[in-house]
Amino acid sequence: MRSLVPLPLAIPLIAAALSILVGRWRNVQRIISIAALTAVLGISVALLVGADDDGFVVHRSGGWSAPLGITLVVDRLAGLMLVVSSLVLLAVMIYAIGQAGQERQRVVFHPVYLVLATGVSASFLTADLFNLFVAFEMMLAASYVLITIGGRPDQVRSGMSYVVISLVASTLFITVLALLYASTGTVNMADLSVRLAELDGGIRAAFALALLVVFGIKAGLFPLFFWLPDSYPTAPGPVTAIFAGLLTKVGVYAIIRTQTLLFDAPDWMGTVLIVVAVLTMTIGVLGAIAQDDMKRILAFHIISQIGYMIFGLGLFTVAGLAGAIFYIVHHIIVKTALFLVTGLVDRRAGSSRLSEVGGLVRSAPVLALLFAVPALSLAGIPPFSGFLAKFALVDAGIAASSWYAVGISLAVGLLTLYSMTKIWAGVFWGEPDQQPVREPQTDGALGGPIGMIGATALLAAASIAVSVFAGLIYDISERAGADLLAPERYVEAVLESEK
Amino acid sequence: MTILIAALSGLLFACGSWLLMQRRLSRIIIGVGLLGHGANLLLITSGGTGGRPPIIDGSPLSDYADPLPQALALTAIVITFGITAFLLALGYRSWQLTGDDQVEDDVEDRMIERWEADHAESEHPDFDPDAELPSDLASNQADQP
Repeated sequence: MRSLVPLPLAIPLIAAALSILVGRWRNVQRIISIAALTAVLGISVALLVGADDDGFVVHRSGGWSAPLGITLVVDRLAGLMLVVSSLVLLAVMIYAIGQAGQERQRVVFHPVYLVLATGVSASFLTADLFNLFVAFEMMLAASYVLITIGGRPDQVRSGMSYVVISLVASTLFITVLALLYASTGTVNMADLSVRLAELDGGIRAAFALALLVVFGIKAGLFPLFFWLPDSYPTAPGPVTAIFAGLLTKVGVYAIIRTQTLLFDAPDWMGTVLIVVAVLTMTIGVLGAIAQDDMKRILAFHIISQIGYMIFGLGLFTVAGLAGAIFYIVHHIIVKTALFLVTGLVDRRAGSSRLSEVGGLVRSAPVLALLFAVPALSLAGIPPFSGFLAKFALVDAGIAASSWYAVGISLAVGLLTLYSMTKIWAGVFWGEPDQQPVREPQTDGALGGPIGMIGATALLAAASIAVSVFAGLIYDISERAGADLLAPERYVEAVLESEK
Repeated sequence: MTILIAALSGLLFACGSWLLMQRRLSRIIIGVGLLGHGANLLLITSGGTGGRPPIIDGSPLSDYADPLPQALALTAIVITFGITAFLLALGYRSWQLTGDDQVEDDVEDRMIERWEADHAESEHPDFDPDAELPSDLASNQADQP
């Protein structure tokens, strides 16, 4: 099992290199990408099963033991994240091949996408704060290329702010790393966890807040979210989908990991996180109400949903963390599915603006169905996965008597439902007020090419599967939450010498 | 010596942050570069006082400088270099497209500007929109710093 741990990182990276070599033959590139991402999905499932059995699967590169060597760890949280992210990466790759837009025109799409996959896996696997930085950079460098692929003026404009904001966050990250190393002499997270406890409380608080800011920028927390709704919608459809589903959630993962493992969850941190979470939820959902473009509405909803995950973390109880983890699993799948449907609508109707699209429920009923499932789930309607995720969080909030936050999260849920209804009424019912700028493409009996529909249906089915197997996933999340609140288990697993 | 480097790092951060606030992309890129230098310098300084080589064969441990921050800084420098190259390419592309490297207002700002323009028109019937309001949204930024 241990030897499997580096593979989710190695396979896509090697595949990316191969993919550059065979750049002239698009079909070979496609086979390589699909094969690599499928293999990663399989290995991730195996790793999750292994991690759930033993608690931790630890790989020490080159046999060097932990604070010296590079250590990769799969625990329940990382395993769950790996499985969901590789499923989504595979589905979006199938969608991109089906769409044959930038994927067909550009040689670099496949290699860069695979590097992005490597960066995402590496972020989940690493047990070393500096390697987390490298993994983030890998993922971000790939995302810079993907967000500006095509080089249209609006993409260059929004790409610029995206790159500069991410760079500022990365520079802050290096600064925090330098200060952490100066005060503790290590960058291994398990080792840091032990040594940070010996530091003065004030210095620890400063580090905790600095890391929250660094990852908060990447996750889109209030008040650091402003770059997100501007940059995401300009990228090509599948790219927006993978960014919306995965990238911010890698930031949330890093927040959960660092705040639980490195710091001892003081009370004031819980308050800070809950206040930030509530503001993030509210601002995100209010921002969405004012929008007319389907992509921008959904982009604001990403921010709002991030608030729920941080709320679960801020409670610092097993139930709260379990709810947050379950919410992330549900959200990655549902959000990606919604953006994939938006891409289909954009293609079918020539626009994604509510005022320029209408009546799709008659002309493309399959798209309406594919939208309805994840949209109802996002809004938290029973029996979909979003209801279960919100229920778990609200339950945990009530148990921790965090009444205001629970009340606001329920109100935000209603406003989310309002937004989804607005999209439904604008896009699927009603008539367009204006003519779209581009010509609609009305080929295909299902409302789009089979690859695009298939990939979207796969994710919609996965979101239903999350609610069908909710018991199983929630149990794993609960065990993961218990692990997170007992960081000494992680420290022991990483620092024990090779048997 | 450490104080000097710490002060230098602070100066780089200050200049970098100021340049980052500018509206021209070329200045932003230089600002990002300065910020990166400041952070890397801090990373090197975190290994203790400088002036000693990282590894000397056979000499006692106290003669070494800590090699780890140096390795980390090298990695960070390479990453900063790559991203700066990408930003420069992006700036060039922006110059190709618009003939300028000024960063435009975002979509939201332009929507609000358009809304305000419409609003002013309806509230004051004798208000002449052509006199003050630009006809093309893209040209709104011309007179801004």
